[in-house]
Amino acid sequence: MASTAITADTAAVFHLEEEHAHAEGGSTMLGFWLYLMSDCLIFAMLFAAFGVLGGNYAAGPAPKDLFDLGLVAVNTTMLLLSSITYGFAMLTMDKGRVGATQGWLAVTMLFGLAFLSIELSEFAHMIHEGATPQRSAFLSSFFTLVGTHGLHVTFGIVWMVTLMVQVARHGLIEANRRRLMCLSMFWHFLDVVWIGVFTFVYLMGTLR
Amino acid sequence: MSAHDHAGDDHAHGGAAHGSLKGYLIGFFLSVILTAIPFWMVMTGAIDNKQATAVIVMAFAVVQIVVHMIFFLHMNPASEGGWSMLALIFTVVLVVIVLSGSLWVMYHLNANMMPGLHEMQQMP
Repeated sequence: MASTAITADTAAVFHLEEEHAHAEGGSTMLGFWLYLMSDCLIFAMLFAAFGVLGGNYAAGPAPKDLFDLGLVAVNTTMLLLSSITYGFAMLTMDKGRVGATQGWLAVTMLFGLAFLSIELSEFAHMIHEGATPQRSAFLSSFFTLVGTHGLHVTFGIVWMVTLMVQVARHGLIEANRRRLMCLSMFWHFLDVVWIGVFTFVYLMGTLR
Repeated sequence: MSAHDHAGDDHAHGGAAHGSLKGYLIGFFLSVILTAIPFWMVMTGAIDNKQATAVIVMAFAVVQIVVHMIFFLHMNPASEGGWSMLALIFTVVLVVIVLSGSLWVMYHLNANMMPGLHEMQQMP
């Protein structure tokens, strides 16, 4: 009986008494960050698979025979440059300069395309030498991990083109700014994943 | 109610705060240095010991990831009321468990379960 008396007295309220209004898109940044974290888990699984299988060459080619570190260094430079140019795009967006923002986005896209074409030519070269994904567990996990990253970059570029069209049509309106900020996080996140790829796959693979 | 209003205000402006030119440039130059040194070490074999090189290369990668998080992704404990940091910490814990667990278990599985060809021939 005592407990009912207490609940009656205090009447605990566990919900907010009034719903406070949120501006449209107010939680987009956090939501997109949570998506990136789940994406991070996908990459963690692929890194784990590569870590486990990366030494199983099945008497096929080893990283030392396949990787051209000079090319990988150029590729890394492309992605790093695209990161800083996207940063410049965000800074010009803050100042509301449409033309400059579009220009920096275009430069970023070109660096992204350069990265992709170098990676694809590397893949083509490897496959031409018989180092296909079917050759060994090492190559299967290599192509899955690096290919997934490349696919992310591809979709990042598609997204960038879409946003450039949006900005051209509607200008730097609030919605477009929000979208550009999401893509900024996505693009920088891909660069973070690439740090893991060039360290764990290319550099450590060559050392192995 | 003034405290509440202020918090709401912060929230609205929290998303718009992204770095300065100086921040981006510092991040970029740190990244260039942190990328160039590991590549140089592996490509020239600056240190004879492969194990030591691997550890140093990994350490550079970790530092560079932190640099990117701070200067490019603008992570700080206060953004989005601390929720993005919390999500990041949770993810990092999961990633560490997945990576270290997989490598540890599979290394021991390989070491204990797979006799090499040479050992098999010696078996009666």
